[in-house]
Amino acid sequence: MKAPAQEPEFVAGNGLLHRRALLGQGILLAGATATGLGASLNGAAAEPLKEGPWSMKVGSIIPPYQTPSRFEAHVVRTQDNPDGLPRNSRARTPHHLLKGIITPNGLHFTICHGGVPDIDPAQHRLVIHGLVKRPLMWTVEDLERYPMTSRIGFVECGGNSAPLFSNEPLQENVQALHGLSSCSEWTGVPLSVLLDEAGIDPRAKWMIAEGADSPRLSRSVPVAKGLDDAMIALYQNGERIQPGQGYPMRLWLPGYEGNMNVKFVRRIKLTEEPAMSYYESRTYSQILPNGKAYRFYFLQEVKSFITSPSHGMHLKEPGIYEITGVAYSGTGRIRKVLVSADGGQSWGEAALQDPVLPKAFTRFRMAWKWNGGAATLQSRAFDESGTFQPARADFVRLRGQTTKPPAVTDFPSQHFNAITSWGVDAKGAVKHVYA
Amino acid sequence: MSMPKFGCSPVHGGRGPRSGGGGVPPLAGEITPKAGKGAGLALALAALAFTATAHAAETPNLGKPISPADIAPWDITIMPDGTGLPAGSGTPKQGEPIFQAKCSACHGENGKGGIAAPVTPFAAKATLDGGKTIANFWPYATTIFDFVRRAMPYNAPHSLKDDEVYALTAYLLNLNRLIGDNDVMNKDTLPKVKMPNRDNFIIRFPERI
Repeated sequence: MKAPAQEPEFVAGNGLLHRRALLGQGILLAGATATGLGASLNGAAAEPLKEGPWSMKVGSIIPPYQTPSRFEAHVVRTQDNPDGLPRNSRARTPHHLLKGIITPNGLHFTICHGGVPDIDPAQHRLVIHGLVKRPLMWTVEDLERYPMTSRIGFVECGGNSAPLFSNEPLQENVQALHGLSSCSEWTGVPLSVLLDEAGIDPRAKWMIAEGADSPRLSRSVPVAKGLDDAMIALYQNGERIQPGQGYPMRLWLPGYEGNMNVKFVRRIKLTEEPAMSYYESRTYSQILPNGKAYRFYFLQEVKSFITSPSHGMHLKEPGIYEITGVAYSGTGRIRKVLVSADGGQSWGEAALQDPVLPKAFTRFRMAWKWNGGAATLQSRAFDESGTFQPARADFVRLRGQTTKPPAVTDFPSQHFNAITSWGVDAKGAVKHVYA
Repeated sequence: MSMPKFGCSPVHGGRGPRSGGGGVPPLAGEITPKAGKGAGLALALAALAFTATAHAAETPNLGKPISPADIAPWDITIMPDGTGLPAGSGTPKQGEPIFQAKCSACHGENGKGGIAAPVTPFAAKATLDGGKTIANFWPYATTIFDFVRRAMPYNAPHSLKDDEVYALTAYLLNLNRLIGDNDVMNKDTLPKVKMPNRDNFIIRFPERI
């Protein structure tokens, strides 16, 4: 019998352990048990086992559509316009309560600028026109006949993480700070197939995509993206896409700003120039400290955030914890994620959970031995294109920050992709901090 | 492990060219990449699309031909050069009562803000603390017409007559001191309105256009 390891293998300061500790090889954790690392610190023995009432009677009838246990009723999105005031409304993904890379359909973030439309798929139409040889129209039934493709990928609002533009760290959890980002398997018809059928006029550089919702939300998208990896998505995680995701179909542009992924898409017009719609010329143009503004940002750049431990959680006692979170990039696969427990003074490489897919959530994990002292947890993602997350201080030096804390639902700017920090105090309380 | 060093771009880590520093007015006609790489890429991609026709036979080709006239009810995009603007006209004076009747419930009396954002020039300049106004930020007056017609009023979108949309657009432009009290907005005058912030934008990733 192999002798248990006497010391865990630290890879960075303040208790970060080598990722081997998580790979199921038992090297560390077997040793940890023998050395007391994994044992309950108070040494109390477990209670005697007993039967629960659910084991003493027949369960309920299997429902036609299963929903989560009633004990999971707290695992929901937050609504920022629950009373339906005449303005846009958002629901944010509870990242701190999820552990995978696929966002359950009912928990995918949603932003609607005119409520969620109730679209009869039998009457929905998709038109491609403008600079094409043949303007064409399809029904949902037509598109169902086409060979489809499936791909796992994220959708992220350009304004996700915007509260981190605040000059002071807002005391809000990962759902409030980063909840406008989600990941699904999308299935549909490659847009290039439909563009090809219509026949692109070589003069066309832009496609103006428009939804069937009440504001007829409209965005200009480069034709180059349409011919690259754009999709008319009809399915989300195997079932028809949710009303809040664009039922019966949405434009999906892997890695591009959420608002461009036009939901309820009904019209795509090819043009030489962009339309300069409200959303591209006003809302999604980002003010810079020098008074100028970015236009056509498009990309959701490499980002990660720790989902656990995170703001609002409480570490019960010193010992082994898993630090976990998600990383993703609009420019490809995640190559590595570094984690720090000492505010960026030292870093250890996290384990990446398979699958690691381009433009999709990648789950990272890191074993951590919390010694009961202060710690600052950070993650920093690197992608295969060579880009990586900046430190927040460096980011806001170029992109700016507010002069006073905004409401957490405000969007001072967009495309924030710098590092998020969670501070752990000696009592185990976890709070959002800047470090 | 040591602190990682920044790559070629400390903040965004982006590769490839960035539109440097701003200063070049990104007028609509200039957004299209000039000659060179962007245009070449688009052409190459377009050529690819045509090349792909040989393989497209495997799709069912179920798109039904539709005439521009039949698309017209949905074809509501207004371009910065005025393409798409309908017949009709309106003045600030005509727009004011329409605004009070149909817009002020959300945008406030005289557009000073309420449930919805103010539409006045309430801030001299936009910063990360807020303050984007039509006068200090919106680059094209045509966007006002496009957005009001397609999306407003919130509870009755696309219900305004074109003359009403012109009048409201004129009212908003006048409120923002961009046109005179008696100026008439129509398909010829609206695209010509000088928007002060038009030349103040930087295309973030020109190589992706």
